[in-house]
Amino acid sequence: MSLLDIVLFLPLVGFLLLVFTPKGNDQLPRVMALGISLLVFVISLGLIGPFMGSTIPEGYQFVTDASWISSPPIRYHIGLDGLSLWLVLLTTLLTPIAVLVSWKSIDHRVKEFFAFLILLEFGLIGVFVSLDLFLFYVFWEIGLVPMYFLIGIWGHDRRIYAAVKFFLYTMAGSVLMLAGIIYLYNRAGTFDYVQILSQLQSGRLVLSSQAEMLLFSAFFLAFAIKVPLFPLHTWLPDAHVEAPTAGSIMLASVMLKMGTYGLVRYSVPLFPNAAHKAAPFIIGLAVIGIIYGALVALVQPNMKKLVAYSSVSHLGFVVLGVFSFTQQGLDGAVYQMLNHGISTGALFMLVGFLYERRHSLEISAYGGVATPAPNLAIVFLITTLASVGLPMLNNFVGEYLVLQGASQVNFTATVFAAVGVILSACYMLWLYQRTFYGKASESLSHHMPDLSTREWAVSVPLLLLMFWMGIYTQTFMPPISAQNARILQQYQQQQNRPQSANTPGASEVANAR
Amino acid sequence: MPANAFPTSAEYLRFLPEIILTLGGVVIMLLEAVFTNDDQRKIFGPLSIVALFAALLASISAAGDPGAAFSNMLVIDGFASFFRALVIGIGVLAILGSTGYLRQERMPGGEYHALILFSILGQCVMVSANELIMIFIGLEISSIASYVLAGYLRDDPRNNESALKYFLLGSFATAFLLYGVAWIYGLTGSTNLDQIRGALQTSAAPLVMAGAAAAFMFVGFGFKISAAPFQIWAPDVYQGAPAPVSGFLSVGPKAAAFAILLRVFMTAFGPIADRWEPMVWGCALATMMVGNFAALQQSNIKRMLAYSSIAHAGYVLVAVTAHSETGSAAAMFYLAAYAFTNLGAFAVVTYFSRKGEKYVAIDDFAGLSQRQPAMAAMLTIFLLSLIGVPLTAGFFGKFYIFKAALDANLTWLTVLGLLNSAVAAYYYLRLLVVMYFKDPGDSVENLEPAGLSLQIAVYASAFGTLLLGIFPGWVLDIATKSALK
Repeated sequence: MSLLDIVLFLPLVGFLLLVFTPKGNDQLPRVMALGISLLVFVISLGLIGPFMGSTIPEGYQFVTDASWISSPPIRYHIGLDGLSLWLVLLTTLLTPIAVLVSWKSIDHRVKEFFAFLILLEFGLIGVFVSLDLFLFYVFWEIGLVPMYFLIGIWGHDRRIYAAVKFFLYTMAGSVLMLAGIIYLYNRAGTFDYVQILSQLQSGRLVLSSQAEMLLFSAFFLAFAIKVPLFPLHTWLPDAHVEAPTAGSIMLASVMLKMGTYGLVRYSVPLFPNAAHKAAPFIIGLAVIGIIYGALVALVQPNMKKLVAYSSVSHLGFVVLGVFSFTQQGLDGAVYQMLNHGISTGALFMLVGFLYERRHSLEISAYGGVATPAPNLAIVFLITTLASVGLPMLNNFVGEYLVLQGASQVNFTATVFAAVGVILSACYMLWLYQRTFYGKASESLSHHMPDLSTREWAVSVPLLLLMFWMGIYTQTFMPPISAQNARILQQYQQQQNRPQSANTPGASEVANAR
Repeated sequence: MPANAFPTSAEYLRFLPEIILTLGGVVIMLLEAVFTNDDQRKIFGPLSIVALFAALLASISAAGDPGAAFSNMLVIDGFASFFRALVIGIGVLAILGSTGYLRQERMPGGEYHALILFSILGQCVMVSANELIMIFIGLEISSIASYVLAGYLRDDPRNNESALKYFLLGSFATAFLLYGVAWIYGLTGSTNLDQIRGALQTSAAPLVMAGAAAAFMFVGFGFKISAAPFQIWAPDVYQGAPAPVSGFLSVGPKAAAFAILLRVFMTAFGPIADRWEPMVWGCALATMMVGNFAALQQSNIKRMLAYSSIAHAGYVLVAVTAHSETGSAAAMFYLAAYAFTNLGAFAVVTYFSRKGEKYVAIDDFAGLSQRQPAMAAMLTIFLLSLIGVPLTAGFFGKFYIFKAALDANLTWLTVLGLLNSAVAAYYYLRLLVVMYFKDPGDSVENLEPAGLSLQIAVYASAFGTLLLGIFPGWVLDIATKSALK
C-alpha cells in the first residue's frame, strides 16, 4: 500500500465515519471533517518528495496496480506524475479550506454536508490518479453525486434547477466517453492507460483516422462540458451562483480541472492526429470563450455570476495553451489550472464572506466595505490583482506562458486572447471599486465585521501561494515541465507513427514541424 | 423416446426445485383451510421462505449435475440454473417485502404466498424448458398466478382493473405465441428447440415462414417483457396492482421471459438470426425511447417505475440483439442487477405508500430524507443504480450490455442507448430532488419506522446492488460460464 492509496482512500473512510456519526450534535461532524481533511492534506505533502530531486523521475510514482475485476480486465491502477501531483495537492489543500469556510454558514443537515464534501474529495483525487480508463470513468462519475447534493440541498433559491442541470449536462457528455472507452477496450484488449498508450506508440494498435476523430470527439465532448468550453458553458454560471460557498470553491478550483486535466492526460496523447486536426476549431472556441466570458462578466450585477463568467474566460486560456502543442503553452496551461484553482477559489471564498455578512450577492448592495472591514478589503484586493494577472502574482506566469506558446502557432488568436487579459482587469477592478470603495451606508457598516480568526486562517495559505507561485515558479514548474515535455514528445512521435502514411494530412504536419 | 419412459432418479433431482415449490404451495393452501385466525396465519410467510430456500438449495445442487430431464423436455444447464436461482431469490425478497403490507391491508391470506410460489414454479419451468410446449406451460403457470396476484386486494377497484387488463391483454399475447409455436411445428415437425435449430439449419423450411413464426413468438415474449409496442399494459397494471406485487411482476416474470426469449431465439432461431436481428434492434430502440420519454411525464411513482422498467427491458433487448455469448452473459448480469435494484425500490415504495396506498405521488416523497434518512439513503442507492452511476449494479449492467453491443458492431444502438440512459437520469433525479431538496410535507408525518421483514428486504437489496456494483466479477464469471453460446 503506497502513500497515494492512503491519500485516496482516507476520504472514503472519513465519509463512512461521518455517515455513521450519531445525529444531533452539529459540532462533531465539523471537527471530524476538518480533522480528516487536514490529515489527508498533511499526508499528501509526502507525495511531493520524489518530484523535488534534481532529476525528475521518469514515469509514474506511488504506483499500485492490482486486479479489480477479472473479466473484462479492469485494474485498480493508480499513479502520480508531474501533471497530477499538483492537482491532487490542490484538492487536498482546498478541502480543509472548504470545510472551514462552511463552519458557520452551514447550519442545517450539517453531518450530511460534510459527508458529501469529503466524498467529493475522494472522487476528485481518484480522477487525477487513475491510470485505468475504466477506473477514471468511475471516479469521473462519482464526483457528480456529492456535488449534485451539495448544490441541491444547501444552495440558494434556484438550487434545484442548477443541480439538475449540472448533473444532466455532465452525464450527457460522459456517456459518449464511456462508449469511446469501450471501443478502445475492444480494440486494445485493455483499459490500462499506460498499455494503450504504449500500444499506440509501438504501432500495435492502429486507429483509422476516422475512428480516431470519433474517439477524440467522444472524449472531447465530455471534457469540454466540464471545462467548460464555449458554447457548452451554460450550466456553470447556474451551478456556481446557486451552490453554497464551499461547493463553488470545490467546483471552480478542482472540478473544472477534471476537464482540462482530461484534455492533457487523454485527448492529446491518445489521439494526437485528431487533436491536431481539431486544434484550429478548438483554439477558436477557446478565444471566443475568453472574450465572451470576460464581456459577460463585465455586465453582471451579481458577484458570484461575475466570478463564474470570469472562470469561463480563464479556462479558455488553459484550453488555448493545451492546443498550442508547445512546451510553453502546455506549461502555462497546467500552471494556469493551479492558479485558477487558487485565485478563483479564493474569490468565491471572499464573496462567501461578504454574503455571510450582508446576505446578498448583488454588487449594488455593497459599497464602501473597505471602511468597516479594511483587512477583508486588502485580502480581496490581492486576490483581485492575482486574478487579473499582475506580475509577481501567480496568474501572470500562467497567462504569459500560454500567450507565448500560442503566439508560436497562431498569432491572431494570441492577440484576441490578450484582449481578454485587459478585459479581466476591467471587470475585476470595477467589481472591487463598486464593492469596497465609496461611502459605506449605515446598515452596511453595521453588518460588516472584519475578518475573523477562522477567516484569516483560510485566507493566509491562499495568499501565500499566490505570491509564492508568482515569484518562485521553480518550486512548482519542474515536474510539470518534465511531464509536458514527455507528452509533447509522445505527441510528435505519434504524428509520425505508421498510420500517418495513409492520412495525408498528418505527414504534412510532421514535415512542417 | 420409449427408452426414457421412466425418468431416472437423477432427472427427479434436477426437477427437485419445482417439486419443492409445488409442495410448498399446496401445503400452504391446505393450511389456509385449517388456520383461521390471523396469528396462525403468520406462519405462511416464514413457511414460504423456507420452501424457497429449500428450492434454492435444490437448484444449486442440480447445477452440479447438469443434463436433460423427462425425455429432453427440460434441460438443466448453467443457464437454467442461473435463472432458477435468480427467480427463487426474487421470490424471497418479494415475500419479505410484502409481509407488512398484507398485514396492513388485513389480507394476510395463504393464497398470496401460494400464488407467489406457483408463479415462481412456472418461471422455473420456463427457464429450464427445452421445448416449446413446456415453455408455454411454464409461461401459463407463471402468468395465471400473476394475474391473480395483480388483483389480490379484490375489494379495491384499482386492483380489479389491473388484473383484468393484465389478463385480457396477456391472454391475447399468449395466443400469438401459440400461433407461432403451431407454425414452427408445421414447418419443422418438432417443438424441441435443438431439433428446430437443426431443421432450420439444413432443411428447406421457407425462410419467410420461419421468420414470421419467430415474429409471432416474439409478440408473445415481447408482451411479457413489456417491450414496445407491446408495453401498453405495464403502467396500468403496475399502478393498479399492490405495490409489492408490482415489484415482483417487474422482475420475476420478466427475468424468466427474457430467459426463454434468449433461449428460443439463440438456440432454435439461431440459424435465422440475420432475419430477426433487425426486428429486435428496432424493438430495443423503441422500448428504450418509449420507456424513458414516457417516464419523464409521470407524477405517480408506481407508473414512473413501470415506464422505467419498460426502458430497462429495452437495455436488455440491446443485449439480445447482440445474440452473442457476451450478450447473453450481459443480459443475465443485468437481470440480476435489476432484480435487486427494482425490488429494493418497490420495497421502499411499499413502505412509504402506507395503508390503502395513499402516498404514491412522487411529490409525496418530499422531505423523506429528513424523517427517515436511512430509507431515503437506500432509495437513493436504488435510484443511482437505475441511473447507472458507477459502483452500483446498474452501472456494470449497462456497461456489460453496451460492451457486448459494441462487440457485435451495434455502434448506433449503443450510442442511442447511452444517450437514452442520460435522458433517464432526469426522472430518477426528480425523485431525489423531492426526497432531499424539498421540505417535508404532510405525507411524511406519522411515518412509522419500517417493519423488520421489510427492512431486511430493503437492506438485502441494497447490499446486493452495491455488491454487484463494486465486485461484479463473480456474478459475471458465473454468467459467462453459463451463458448460451
